Amino acid sequence: MTSAQETAVAGEKNAPNQSMPNADYTATAHKARVQDKVATGILAAIVGVIIVALVAIIVYILASGASKLVDVHFLTAKPEQFKAGGGIGPELFNSFYLLVLTLLISVPISLGAAIFLTQYAPQGRITNIAKTAIETLSSLPSIVVGLFGMLTFVLTLHWGFSILSGALALTMFNIPILVRVIQQALEAVPRDQRDAALALGLTRWEATMHVLVPAAMPAIVTGVVLSAGRVFGEAAALIYTAGQSAPVLSWSAPIWSLSNPLNVFRPAETLAVHIWKINSEGVVPDLSAVSAGTAAVLMVCILAFDIIARVAGRALERKLTAE
Amino acid sequence: MTAIGEKTVSNKSESTAEVVGVSPKRGIERRGQIITGLCVTLVVVLVVTLIFMVCSRGLATFTKDGIPLGSFFGGTTWNPHQNGADGVPLVGALPMIVGSFSVTLLSCLIALPFALGASIFVVEIAPGFGSKIFRPLTEVLVGIPSVVFGLVGLGIIVPWMRGLVGGTGYGILSASIVLAFMILPTITSLSTDALAAVPNSYRDGSYGLGCTRWQTIVGVVLPSALPGILTAIIMGMSRAFGEALAVQMVIGNAAQMPQGLFTPASTLTSVLTMGMGNEAMGTLPNDVLWALAMVLLIMSLVFILIVHLIGRKGAAKND
Amino acid sequence: MTDTTKLTSSTVQNPVLHTHDVTVDYSGKRALNETSLSFESGTVTALIGPSGCGKSTFLRCINLMNREIPGCVVGGKIVYHDINVNTKGIDTLWLRKRVGMVFQQPNPFRKSIYENVAFALKSHGMTKKEELDERVEKSLRAAALWDEVKDKLRDSAYALSGGQQQRLCIARTLALQPDVVLMDEPCSALDPIATFAIEETISSIARNGICVVIVTHNMEQATRVSNKTAFFYLGHMVEFGDTAQIFGAPKDQRLNDYLNGRFG
Repeated sequence: MTSAQETAVAGEKNAPNQSMPNADYTATAHKARVQDKVATGILAAIVGVIIVALVAIIVYILASGASKLVDVHFLTAKPEQFKAGGGIGPELFNSFYLLVLTLLISVPISLGAAIFLTQYAPQGRITNIAKTAIETLSSLPSIVVGLFGMLTFVLTLHWGFSILSGALALTMFNIPILVRVIQQALEAVPRDQRDAALALGLTRWEATMHVLVPAAMPAIVTGVVLSAGRVFGEAAALIYTAGQSAPVLSWSAPIWSLSNPLNVFRPAETLAVHIWKINSEGVVPDLSAVSAGTAAVLMVCILAFDIIARVAGRALERKLTAE
Repeated sequence: MTAIGEKTVSNKSESTAEVVGVSPKRGIERRGQIITGLCVTLVVVLVVTLIFMVCSRGLATFTKDGIPLGSFFGGTTWNPHQNGADGVPLVGALPMIVGSFSVTLLSCLIALPFALGASIFVVEIAPGFGSKIFRPLTEVLVGIPSVVFGLVGLGIIVPWMRGLVGGTGYGILSASIVLAFMILPTITSLSTDALAAVPNSYRDGSYGLGCTRWQTIVGVVLPSALPGILTAIIMGMSRAFGEALAVQMVIGNAAQMPQGLFTPASTLTSVLTMGMGNEAMGTLPNDVLWALAMVLLIMSLVFILIVHLIGRKGAAKND
Repeated sequence: MTDTTKLTSSTVQNPVLHTHDVTVDYSGKRALNETSLSFESGTVTALIGPSGCGKSTFLRCINLMNREIPGCVVGGKIVYHDINVNTKGIDTLWLRKRVGMVFQQPNPFRKSIYENVAFALKSHGMTKKEELDERVEKSLRAAALWDEVKDKLRDSAYALSGGQQQRLCIARTLALQPDVVLMDEPCSALDPIATFAIEETISSIARNGICVVIVTHNMEQATRVSNKTAFFYLGHMVEFGDTAQIFGAPKDQRLNDYLNGRFG
């Protein structure tokens, strides 16, 4: 809009004469300007409060558990149920093992589903059904996913409280997140890359696997690592699938033994589940120290995932475009 | 004429047999289609199975155990191991349903001004700050596990409540504050997207009329982003409704009708979390827990439905 | 229009490709009306006309790229070596190997210079390293890029300038030894010097017996590189003939107006 129009509109409202706006108009404009300043100030304050609260939460978690964070005994020893001085060694291992298994299962499935949805059938009935299903899965409470896992994997398939049951429950929790991330990453690759591949007589499969996926890799890696953080901290889906007990682990135990760390049919309490369990049981004498320490370890791992996600994504991007 | 027919013609008329061809790579495409199609099918089958299994277990309360719908949804006493005066087990789920809705609404009420204020700030006032600093920070907030939020609630909010109003400190308000933190990033990032999607021409129109930034935001930007903001609120509610552990850790877990914001109460998720491990499969106390899970499931489907309805209405308006 | 087509069809010696009443609809809306054209080996045909006239749409029919756009329906016959390729049963993979395409924006893959050329070759079954090396060099030479990149074949294609990237895209297409190359405004994103290099390349490709069809906005470019020119207007192919005739003695009033800058 031109300034002439602007003046005309303003004039219509209040000021009959452009060179001498009347007092009424000036007062209104002044009020509006003050209002604008006050509103901006309030909004900035809101943002400030959020940031302060967030930083406070993180500092609180890390500070409460700081002494345990550097305590090698705590990080490696087995947990104690009734006396003080227990560690979180098995829980730490279980958390990472479950994470790796979950990613091994969920990344290929999500990649496949995302490729189907973006490349083979961007429109149509099947796609609509699939999109609804994925959306439903993403909005299901994780406790419901965990209960379904208990019903299906633990009881119906008789796998018991086990790493496998837990990994599958986490997979269901993780798939919608990953499908969305990979879908967005693939769609963000410029269309001309796909056109170029198809115009050379490549199949959609080749175009996707050799051109689109490599080009989308930075975003995919970032998304996968960020989702790893979510999986790592998840507890509600695990308490009734991977279980709430952590057998003492020994690398020399045979693979079918519940003590063999890699046995996927053994129960495996993770860090997050450990925090929940000791707090709801409340029998460990050094409860607050152990849960604060565990939370700090959990938080450090998740912050590390966050940082790795960003750094790795950026590094890959740089490598691809090769400045 | 079919392609095959054309081929025969050309083979006769032209000496260049190699001109007509079928790429040997058709198989690659077929294989890719099958593999990715299977992935999609698997996801769909999983979701359908989940809904079916949870509902069939949940319905057992009403079909197999013969609990009337009224005494489940209307009853106010939860003690599945005992029978009431009328001989029907005391499986009134109303306290938990009320508890769940209370914490959901209250947490949204607490989070909304912050979320909306922050998204207005990062879209309208400081976009650079928004994308470089604020969004990564809210992503960190998303990543904090719910048990850790529960622990922070136990360590800070519960004692604070205790000091403020007395009592145990556990209760609906404590749970709502913890939940407000957890749904803040969801509402913020979705409403940020909604605000950012408002075309700049709308803003230019308002500025051109001599409106201030605040007048533009209130008069033009917020109304046109309303469907998106509503979606953000519903998604936040959906997350709050389904959150289990953080709530369970700070709400006090008293399966009774909520008497106020500061007394212990319980939600669908907290009762499920506490109870599922203690009841044997197939017994009535276990069946009613599945009925609670079914209510939880249906509510989350309802939330999606609402989001779709908002989306459709928004789309219809734009046409 | 029909007269022109008949006339040219009879004069064409060796039509590697011709279209018969090709139409294009986007979700029910007609974007291109019946278009019949013939293209010979060793010639460059320019498609000109104002924006949105259907020339690019027509170009993307020839290698069936329009099939990648949901809701796009192509009617009529596209006859390549006596085979109607606009049929359901046609193998687009095979066709696109024989009918190459170069796009408006240079779009090399995010791979090395070498891989950009070799990648499609490998996919189409060439596995021996010596063969690949030889074909890559030959293609890069044909696109007049070899001397500039021979020492950095392993570098990212994105390290090249825009004009070099576009010549790499041409090399990538030539590597498959097509007999038709379609170019969709290949110079519109380039500066005059890079444009000149591409035009040189186009002429030399045609001298090697390839049929080139080029969409261009640039009248001078059409006169410089093409033997034949077709003028499109509002979804119709209006006039087709020798480039000299189209620019020197246009028959249609609309073409005359366009050439005189009355619109476009």
